[in-house]
Amino acid sequence: MFLIHEAKWLAPRVRQLIVEAPRVASHHQPGHFVIVRCHYDGERIPLTIADSDPKAGTITLVIQIVGATTERLCALEAGEHVLDIAGPLGKPTEIEKFGHVVLVGGGVGTAVIYPQAGALKSVGNKVTAVIGGRSKAYVILEDELKAVCDAVYPCTDDGSYGYGGFVTGKLEELVNDGSNPVDAVLTAGPVPMMKAVAKVTREKSILTIASLNPIMVDGTGMCGGCRVTVDGKQRFACVHGPEFDAHKVDFDELTDRLTAYRDQEEATWARLRKDPAHKCKFEAAERELKESTG
Amino acid sequence: MKPAERMKIPRQTMPEQEAEVRARNFSEVNLGMALEVARREADRCLRCKDAKCVPGCPVDVDIAGFIAAIADGDLPKAADIMYEANVLPGITGRVCPQETQCEEVCVRAKKGSAVAIGYLERFVADWARENREQIFTPPPPTGKAVAIVGSGPAGLTCAGELAKKGHEVTIFEALHKPGGVLVYGIPEFRLPKEIVKSEVDALRQMGVKIECNVIIGLTYTVTELLEKEGFDAVFIANGAGLPIFQGIPGEHLKGVYSANEYLTRVNLMGAFKGEGSDTPVIKSTQVVVVGGGNTAMDAVRTARRLGADPATLVYRRSRAEMPARIEEIKHAEEEGVVLDILVNPVEILGDGDGWVRGVVCQRMELGEPDDSGRRRPVPIPGSEFEIPCQIFVEAIGTRANPLLTQSTPELKLNKWGNIEVDEHGMTSIPGVFAGGDIVRGGATVILAMGDGKVAASGIHDYLSKGG
Repeated sequence: MFLIHEAKWLAPRVRQLIVEAPRVASHHQPGHFVIVRCHYDGERIPLTIADSDPKAGTITLVIQIVGATTERLCALEAGEHVLDIAGPLGKPTEIEKFGHVVLVGGGVGTAVIYPQAGALKSVGNKVTAVIGGRSKAYVILEDELKAVCDAVYPCTDDGSYGYGGFVTGKLEELVNDGSNPVDAVLTAGPVPMMKAVAKVTREKSILTIASLNPIMVDGTGMCGGCRVTVDGKQRFACVHGPEFDAHKVDFDELTDRLTAYRDQEEATWARLRKDPAHKCKFEAAERELKESTG
Repeated sequence: MKPAERMKIPRQTMPEQEAEVRARNFSEVNLGMALEVARREADRCLRCKDAKCVPGCPVDVDIAGFIAAIADGDLPKAADIMYEANVLPGITGRVCPQETQCEEVCVRAKKGSAVAIGYLERFVADWARENREQIFTPPPPTGKAVAIVGSGPAGLTCAGELAKKGHEVTIFEALHKPGGVLVYGIPEFRLPKEIVKSEVDALRQMGVKIECNVIIGLTYTVTELLEKEGFDAVFIANGAGLPIFQGIPGEHLKGVYSANEYLTRVNLMGAFKGEGSDTPVIKSTQVVVVGGGNTAMDAVRTARRLGADPATLVYRRSRAEMPARIEEIKHAEEEGVVLDILVNPVEILGDGDGWVRGVVCQRMELGEPDDSGRRRPVPIPGSEFEIPCQIFVEAIGTRANPLLTQSTPELKLNKWGNIEVDEHGMTSIPGVFAGGDIVRGGATVILAMGDGKVAASGIHDYLSKGG
């Protein structure tokens, strides 16, 4: 059982949990993820480690509600526990001095690029972050990124804040700005976004690394459910990734594989929402969001 | 009783659930023997002076001794003899391939059938579980601490043997539940999880600590265990690793599983409970499994229980070459599994929407023996045919998991990435031992347990010499 120290909403349906997991915290590097389970009949889901504090023995998880398990996690409060957290898993991000690195995060993908930003900056890179959300309320971790990046460009689909349009629009501006050439791009977020990022940088032959998010079960290489095709070869995201050369990833295949359990996931979620105990708990958590955003 | 009288007793049968009934449920197939039946079976043992069955056992159970105790009705003695050599008899009594080990060399097998050693082992274990409060009494502590990586059969056995000697043992398990392949792989109908839990609990009662959610290689390295976490020795038994896929077209389709994933979803994550579990498995009426080992049998029998009709097993060699236990093949057939032998899948077909709709197979014939000594299967040209299915499961083996070994570059590996060990189970790093599938590649529960036992003895010697 892993004690939650702090729980708060970062955006509508996006919650941040700071959880006591000292062994994970002391070994966390950017790019790592954990596998989480939150009740006895619960599934195992991968979540990126957004931050860690080895001294306090805590890790930070940023969770977007996309189904039953994430909704259960988002109903948890400080003082409660997460049943299982296993990790850190995956290969860490290769932190090198590239020169000018642009990090492109969409939605909760921003939680993946945040630890990368700090590490890349610390080895002497110029670091620019481009982060996107549907509207202003959905842009997360902007202040945190500003503290470690040279420049941060929030983007909103509806133009309510920052750059009006998709992150790829801003990225295009940056790669076309001859005065400040881009040497590498790291991206994390929805699959269509990462695919679009890869398209922008492919034309310019800019090294681009994407953090993939396939369905996983064990997260240790044992099941092969997270297999993705990279450069025509089968790779397991949990042990060979989750980061791969974005120009070589078969994003369409990944998109399709992510739909494998959609009907069953919807049914499980619908059942959870009929559970009065969960409903009560979740509504209480949601009230906090309303209070915090007025 | 005179040998002639013993010879007259026929081999007793194991009561089992009716095939049509059990093909629809996940309860255990074999129901266990009654005391009088077990004693009658025990009377079949000729009590050979130089019992061949004992060296046939990878963990050296005094088979003749515990069988004699059953025959005498002295079950506490039978249990003492059993646990002396084997800390997991409820498990081995259910999953060991006795027909290629102890029962194969039983003198009674030469004329008729071997003593049902496996059934009797299970009988003793079940008796002990129901009748004994504490199975082991821990000895005084030695002050030495051993870390074990993985709580599968090798790790649990090693833990039990070391705890018997008074060493402080901590097992680190990557998953959320102890047992390794015994809980994620082997299905409930063959090995009830309650049995695993009870044998694991017996080890805990001896003082063995089990810490789940710890992945050695990532959460801690082996070096950290020795240098920072205060362990005097380490036993690596992290099991088999990455499932091998055949590398045929269509493996990205939805509905293609490794046996590990299919079984993990159903067993460990409880997908067989339907709405009782959050972990789904794709629903399918037609399932094809490729492979000829116990894992393939487990997968196809699981599919049958989840409603597959037909549940088909394809295997590229002939029945005689199947590595699965004879009882599993028999049970599978009784349950309505279709065995299609000398058949090899060559392509998985999609329905245009990303889902599996069938598999193209090729008929094979047996040619000259290959490196494994088995006759090599050779494709018959023009024999391609299609089997419709919505789930295709590949149970063709695994390759070494790199997570631990790549974090410990000093560990000497063979060309397949498996850890090399000496005759005491010690690796190239002093004080670090290894066993089970990470050393052997894919093998059986009992061979992994044998490794656990060898390593425990190696570790004990190493620690006794001041290591």
